Amino acid sequence: MSPDPGSFTAVETAALVAEVRLLRDAGWRLVQIGAAALPTAMEVIYSFDLGGKITNRRVSLPVEGPHRLPSITSVYAAAALYENELHDLFRIQVEGNILDFKGKFYRTTVPFPFASRPSAPALAAKAGTNP
Amino acid sequence: MSYLGITALNLKWALKGPATRGYPLAPRRVIADSRGALAFAKANCIYCSVCRKKCPTGAIGVNRNQKKWAIDRLRCISCGYCVEVCPKDCLSLTTYMSPPTVTKDREVF
Amino acid sequence: MARTIIPFGPQHPVLPEPIHLDLAIEDEKVVDVLPSVGFIHRGLERLVERKDFQEFVYVAERICGICSFIHGQTYCQGIEELMQVEVPARAQYLRTIWGELSRLHSHLLWLGLLADSFGFESLFMHSWRVRERILDQIEATTGGRVIFGSCKIGGVRRDISPEALAVMRKELDVIERDMREIVDVFLGDSSVKRRLQGVGVLSRDDAYILGCVGPTARASGVAQDMRSLGYAAFRDIKVEPIVRTEGDSYARCVVRCAELFQSVDIIRQAIDRIPPGAIETKVTGFPDGEILVRTEQPRGEVAYYLRANGSRNLQRFRVRTPTFANLPALVRMLPGANLADVPVLVLTIDPCISCTER
Repeated sequence: MSPDPGSFTAVETAALVAEVRLLRDAGWRLVQIGAAALPTAMEVIYSFDLGGKITNRRVSLPVEGPHRLPSITSVYAAAALYENELHDLFRIQVEGNILDFKGKFYRTTVPFPFASRPSAPALAAKAGTNP
Repeated sequence: MSYLGITALNLKWALKGPATRGYPLAPRRVIADSRGALAFAKANCIYCSVCRKKCPTGAIGVNRNQKKWAIDRLRCISCGYCVEVCPKDCLSLTTYMSPPTVTKDREVF
Repeated sequence: MARTIIPFGPQHPVLPEPIHLDLAIEDEKVVDVLPSVGFIHRGLERLVERKDFQEFVYVAERICGICSFIHGQTYCQGIEELMQVEVPARAQYLRTIWGELSRLHSHLLWLGLLADSFGFESLFMHSWRVRERILDQIEATTGGRVIFGSCKIGGVRRDISPEALAVMRKELDVIERDMREIVDVFLGDSSVKRRLQGVGVLSRDDAYILGCVGPTARASGVAQDMRSLGYAAFRDIKVEPIVRTEGDSYARCVVRCAELFQSVDIIRQAIDRIPPGAIETKVTGFPDGEILVRTEQPRGEVAYYLRANGSRNLQRFRVRTPTFANLPALVRMLPGANLADVPVLVLTIDPCISCTER
């Protein structure tokens, strides 16, 4: 079993960059940025690691778009690709990304494939037909 | 400067003969616990549909009224989940793969 | 000097996987690079909304064909943590053995592809010849050659009998001897050194701040190995990260070569210490809560974010694969490199684009 379940702390959008800078100055490494299109909110999770410990920051955006987020690439350059991913898959507009590919990073056939919220239980109906 | 390591290695293996088998004449060595095509024993089946519900790829179809059981071989991933859940043990995995086909047929039992 | 844009990939003889790079070239030097992915984006993350959380192990395993077992294991560990299931010790050891076998075959595959990328075909063949013996061991114990299908929530599906473990232990001696022959060529051959040494140097600070993981980070002096977190049998078997400080392509090759023997050693220890007992715990109910779980894959740290709400389907499943974390390093290394070194540089981060795109 993994010894570090990780804590999740909510952060306001406006306070995000300052918070992330504090973590960077304390030596934390950016592990991942990932969004989740939930029925109640569009959540973005930032995960950081320091010597095997993990901590997460959660930014909640309203359900209805357009979604906007400040870029943290001025703090962590590595965030650039994650932020491009947020835009290309979830249609979250990240402002101030130093390496913005402008929607050309994920060349998917369907634009913004993950932007919609999970729809109803209809999805849960499984494949498998009768002979 | 060392270029001779690979020469020695190549020579050694050139003398040993091929590490591959002469496909298609030499048959593949059968590995006892390999997961191959799914086999179905119709005699025990009670058409309970548990295998159909559990199949992760939706490869299995069951019709209780007509007492028919069907499998789409091209969708089956030989994971063995149906074998695990079958209450009557009428499903099993063989060690060989299902033969290649050119049509997408459902096999109906 | 005039600038030329050379599109590289997604279809290219040297690339095992579809990544596209727009290379801005001046003379023979790369001056800028724009990566793009998404050609095989399968939307696996959204599949959790349709698949039952127990079935989803099969999907998690298919995120990547090479590190498949560890993907399944990571997913199971996350769910087990959420549901507070205690996995039997024997299952933990079996997972470790299979995980290390998959690391072995992944590293040998990579060594072969690296040799192929600088045109060393015979070395490529030798690497894959040895890899075949490992695949046979995997097939004999799990039933699959690449997709193991043996991990499940609460434990594993199959046990390995003591006789099969003894066979594996003997086979490991042969595999180790064969690997030694190949590794000696990789590390000693002058033509290999001339293609790798001093190419694509990544400093320690860059590696850390760009968030590199796995062998790419360790070759630059970042001692980071998720196995030291102590998941599965790693709470008993201690793993020292293998670190080099040069940060060039050769160092990345050395790290992976050394990890081959480290993995063999871990499997031997696991075979010697594996406890008897049950191989799975029955799991009832549905997971609830959220977790970020990490393990060490052949390519580095993988991070899974799982979010459940007490129903049979998870709400959100996110995978950050090691290649995604290593892409910024690639973008940093390429400018300044020769065009002919681009394939080697792309390969030294061990790219697995299918898992990156999910």
